[in-house]
Amino acid sequence: MPARAEDFRAEVRQFLAEHLTGEMIAATRDGTIHSPALHRAIADRGWLSGAVPAELGGGGMDPVELCVLLEELQLHQAPADALGVAVVGVSMILEHGNEHLRGAVAPRLMSGEALVCLGYSEPESGSDVAAARTRAVRDGDRWVINGSKMWTTLAHVADYVLLLTRTDPEVPKHRGLTFFVVPLDTAGIEIQAVETMGNERSNATFYDDVLLGDEWRLGEVNDGWTVMKTALKYERGIAGGQFPSPPVIEAAVDWARRARRADGSRPIDDDEVRNKLVRAMIDVEVCRSFAYHTAALASEGAMFGVEGSMTKLFASESYKKHCAWFLDMMGAEGLLTHDDPGAHMDGRIEEHFRHAPVTAIYGGTSEINRNLVAEGWLGLPRSR
Amino acid sequence: MAEAFGDLFAREATAEAVRAAEAGCGFDPDLWRKLAAAGAPQMAVGVADGGGGASLVDLAVVVHEWGRRIAPVPLVEHAVCARLLSDAGNGEPIRELAASVISGDLIATMAPGPIEPDSTARLVPAGAVADVVAARRGDDIVVARSRPPGAARPNTADLPLADRDLSGAETVASGAAAASAWDRALAEWRALMAVAYAGLAGEVLAMGVAYTKQRHQFGVPVGSFQAVQHGLADAATRSEGARLLAFRAVSAVDAGRADGARLASMALLFGAESARFAADRVLQYHGGYGYSAEYDVQLYYRRAAGWLLQLGEPAAEVARLADADLGPKAA
Ligand SMILES: Cc1cc2nc3c(=O)[nH]c(=O)nc-3n(C[C@H](O)[C@H](O)[C@H](O)COP(=O)(O)OP(=O)(O)OC[C@H]3O[C@@H](n4cnc5c(N)ncnc54)[C@H](O)[C@@H]3O)c2cc1C
Repeated sequence: MPARAEDFRAEVRQFLAEHLTGEMIAATRDGTIHSPALHRAIADRGWLSGAVPAELGGGGMDPVELCVLLEELQLHQAPADALGVAVVGVSMILEHGNEHLRGAVAPRLMSGEALVCLGYSEPESGSDVAAARTRAVRDGDRWVINGSKMWTTLAHVADYVLLLTRTDPEVPKHRGLTFFVVPLDTAGIEIQAVETMGNERSNATFYDDVLLGDEWRLGEVNDGWTVMKTALKYERGIAGGQFPSPPVIEAAVDWARRARRADGSRPIDDDEVRNKLVRAMIDVEVCRSFAYHTAALASEGAMFGVEGSMTKLFASESYKKHCAWFLDMMGAEGLLTHDDPGAHMDGRIEEHFRHAPVTAIYGGTSEINRNLVAEGWLGLPRSR
Repeated sequence: MAEAFGDLFAREATAEAVRAAEAGCGFDPDLWRKLAAAGAPQMAVGVADGGGGASLVDLAVVVHEWGRRIAPVPLVEHAVCARLLSDAGNGEPIRELAASVISGDLIATMAPGPIEPDSTARLVPAGAVADVVAARRGDDIVVARSRPPGAARPNTADLPLADRDLSGAETVASGAAAASAWDRALAEWRALMAVAYAGLAGEVLAMGVAYTKQRHQFGVPVGSFQAVQHGLADAATRSEGARLLAFRAVSAVDAGRADGARLASMALLFGAESARFAADRVLQYHGGYGYSAEYDVQLYYRRAAGWLLQLGEPAAEVARLADADLGPKAA
């Protein structure tokens, strides 16, 4: 890793020591993995706009430094779900937006003053995202939107949703889509909480005769798939989530040192426990190798795609495995949640155990990523 | 350079050559001579010592091609031992020996395990063909020159493993200097074998892709079945992660960084596991032909197991990592 990246790491650590508090982390127990104060502080430091590519008018931070930032945020369990979404949203708007969107929305997102969320998934479509059915119909110089979205995470705290709609139901599915940037305070929008097995809350959002001026359209009519592809491109660039396991391993080591078994021995002296800890640490180094490799590719200006799928696939699947290992290691004590005063380290391992499955689902499931690796990396024929 | 050696391996270390070597002791003397003439075994020894002055990273690029072809020559053992001797050898006699090793006239190897009380080093990698064997005896590094047996102990991977009598071995380094030189050589060995594994996995996956695209069942290529695709995709993902980690490890060891040995051990364990997984999936997706001697998958499948085990038990490798990262076990 380049020395300047390590200098930058020290800077991020210093920043987190000043700005990230235990209360911020505890506050995410309400299900919203976002801290307004931290988000603003990151934006004020120039790291949000910095993460937006320079050719779009962002700060063009070196992707390797961005990778360091994301790694440190995750290592410190910083609630920063809105950050990646904001970077993707701004990038899409700057690349495809009209003057109104670039002038009125993008700056508010870059300054951290406003938040955006992603409205791709629907009750009937997830992996097959191009099958979206939420309708947008032109009415003079306005649009009328009707339909519903599922899993619109952060909608309850966000100002805008990037909404994928169907504008032509008669043509093949990829050709009849249009994107809008929809202010969430527009009349006709309803947001309902969706609770999950993990701590995070998501939302179902409903659009009932929502009227919108054409200035809120993002990209050309029926060209929404082009916009979607850039979204995926930017998402891979700042994928985040490549470093999920270290906090779990840290807790597992701590427990293994403190706990005593019935025979008085410490789990840390057990070969089976040591083997799992070492294997997990190896997986972490593999994740870091992937993450910094893709970042280095990006900083050389190379476009990558499948490497992003590999990184996410490996990181999420190994994280799930680690959570299960270390939960099992603790026996009944592993089951205690943070509501129990005796839970080890605030129930950290238990919490990660409940969170881990979603990482293999959202942002492209493991199966979809395997398809992408099979076709894009190995060159196998389309699957059946 | 990588391309030149890549071509040499592709041309000379064919599957037929690998099979021919299996009929003997797992060694292809002809290939060795060509490699030595091209400067491969000594490339990463300093120019002043008669080597090519290349870095360990350069050597790793060649080792990747060696691994891809599972070439039946002890390239890694020899290259690592040549570096060890050029660093550790101060006395006159060892200098002469080192010079012959560096030129490739003599083949050298290291015994990773202990010397038994009867002065035997057991199951020495490349022991069947090496003229020079370096080993640890107490706090010393010792080197023995003797005639190689020319026959291997029959083994799964058809590797040139043999027991060697080291009773005539001479001390070339002692104490702390010996310990650090030996540890460094082992770290280099592990990191380079991790790279070799990446080469092996890459090649076995290419075989899997080629075969499953061309083999039809139920009227379609078997490579279009999602179960097959997902197995190969998982193998490709792990193998790519292993490749990236292996090259990181080589760079760290080359730069003498403090985390070099740790990354080398991790890369070796993960590389071996990923390559075995890839070989297993590819054998499976060849169906019955994968199990046949005629197809090449089995050659890779067996070496994927053998390369790691010839260096010792994986559990011992894990235990060393655990001791370093978690502290030693309570008695
Ligand atoms: C907590 C959470 C937060 C989320 N946040 C957002 C958000 O903010 N915005 C947003 O738009 N979406 C969000 N999502 C939605 C997420 O992106 C989808 O859940 C995901 O894409 C999968 O879609 P699905 O749930 O409809 O599953 P489906 O697509 O119905 O898949 C069901 C199963 O079938 C498998 N499958 C589907 N297609 C294939 C195929 N071609 N080959 C092999 N297997 C296949 C899947 O892998 C899965 O195992 C969120 C989801 C969750 C759980």
